[in-house]
Amino acid sequence: MEVPITIRVDGAERSMTIDTRTTLLDAMRDRLSIMSPKKGCDHGQCGSCTVLLDGRRVVSCLALAVAHDGAEITTAAGLADGAELHPVQQAFVDRDGFQCGYCTPGQICSAVGMLEEAKAGHPSHVTDDLTGPIDLDDAELRERMSGNLCRCGAYVNIVAALREGTAS
Amino acid sequence: MIPFDYRRAQDPADAVTAVAERPGAAFLAGGTNLVDHLKLGVTAPDLLVDVSRLPLDGVESLPGGGLRIGAAVRNSDLAAHPVVRERYPMLSRALLSGASGQLRNAATTAGNLLQRTRCVYFQDVTTPCNKRDPGSGCSAIGGYTRYHAILGASEHCIAVHPSDMAVAMRALDADVIVLSQDGERRVPLADLHRLPGDAPHRDTVLDHADLITAVELPALPMARRSTYRKVRDRASYAFALVSVAAALELDDGMVGDVRLALGGVAHKPWRASTAEEHLRGAPATVETFRRAADAELAAAQPQPGNEFKVRMARNTIVAVLRELAGAHGMGGEHR
Repeated sequence: MEVPITIRVDGAERSMTIDTRTTLLDAMRDRLSIMSPKKGCDHGQCGSCTVLLDGRRVVSCLALAVAHDGAEITTAAGLADGAELHPVQQAFVDRDGFQCGYCTPGQICSAVGMLEEAKAGHPSHVTDDLTGPIDLDDAELRERMSGNLCRCGAYVNIVAALREGTAS
Repeated sequence: MIPFDYRRAQDPADAVTAVAERPGAAFLAGGTNLVDHLKLGVTAPDLLVDVSRLPLDGVESLPGGGLRIGAAVRNSDLAAHPVVRERYPMLSRALLSGASGQLRNAATTAGNLLQRTRCVYFQDVTTPCNKRDPGSGCSAIGGYTRYHAILGASEHCIAVHPSDMAVAMRALDADVIVLSQDGERRVPLADLHRLPGDAPHRDTVLDHADLITAVELPALPMARRSTYRKVRDRASYAFALVSVAAALELDDGMVGDVRLALGGVAHKPWRASTAEEHLRGAPATVETFRRAADAELAAAQPQPGNEFKVRMARNTIVAVLRELAGAHGMGGEHR
């Protein structure tokens, strides 16, 4: 079954006709040539396809495009303000928060979404006091980012970048 | 992936009618489990009825102190809800221990209850599985059993229910509100999930076109002092080997009341009723906790390869009860 949909990706409105089986990830990469979200596992386990969907971080490989007609999507490529990198992007550069870089766009979108969740006071699995303020220490950062795998193992510098991102 | 039609439901009754009319139809909400299964070939619906935009995403306090949770409330929103954090901390902690931040942002309350087992054979269409392909056999029996049942299994299936949230809801005596073509009915969560028996392809008692619209939690003041502990192979983002949801009320050094449920051990969230009976009215000591856990697990029938889960369940029950008793300044004796 073919269905017309319109989504906004990184501020640009994009219309297309898609097969109902198409995921948001495949719609972006294969139909719109938006290559920032990466296909890693394609089963929601690695986080490399993470985007901000209506402001919240999700894995785009498990989202059917047809179900997200009208959605507003931000990829890592859409976070920068012109030539000015988003503070989280800049922190990954400054702290060497990657090696091969394949997981990085997903890490960065996830981090931006994660920082918003923490700002809204959302607790995590490692938060001692569920009703208290959130202190984003290293344990919190690691837990909240556990949905993003890095097979190069750049985690130590990713945490360092996130600490910096938290401060800014 | 087999081609399928797609239809966006206009309202809950429309969704039920659309699925009832097509034997091959399925509801689509967050999609985190279903879309994966479409890719794996575990399921092949010919119509997806999208219920994700229905106005079922509210959380409201009920007269009498309970809480009504809309079926479409996202796992992350429910975990962070101020009332859940304060009055039902075990539920908040259970949700936060499940999946990842990205998945919790998409997964819904009803979808969480209806997610399928993560048994590796169920998800691998090249292997026999009575749950996926009734009558084909169980590959887990005699196979890889680390994540499989020790309680309530059958010769046809030893899979476990993977939800953390449902374990807390089972301990809290939640009810599920279900809409069908015959109208609305209330199903105690205790009765929603089935043991496998000779029909492991049926995870729940729900019929084809039954739509969960809400979950209701009773007012349970003792749940303010409750928690959820999950034991797993990684520190984060892994399914439970064993998990425990518990609430404990002490009365002058004795157990006044208790709620105890286990995850990762059975085809359904496992209410530890036998342990609860042993605990009520008994001194809140480690000895009591051990005896209660042993009584519950006396019925355990582990598989070769998962015998360790019996002791793990026992120790986790004791540790969680000690933690809760410790919060009362009790339960630290007989280390």
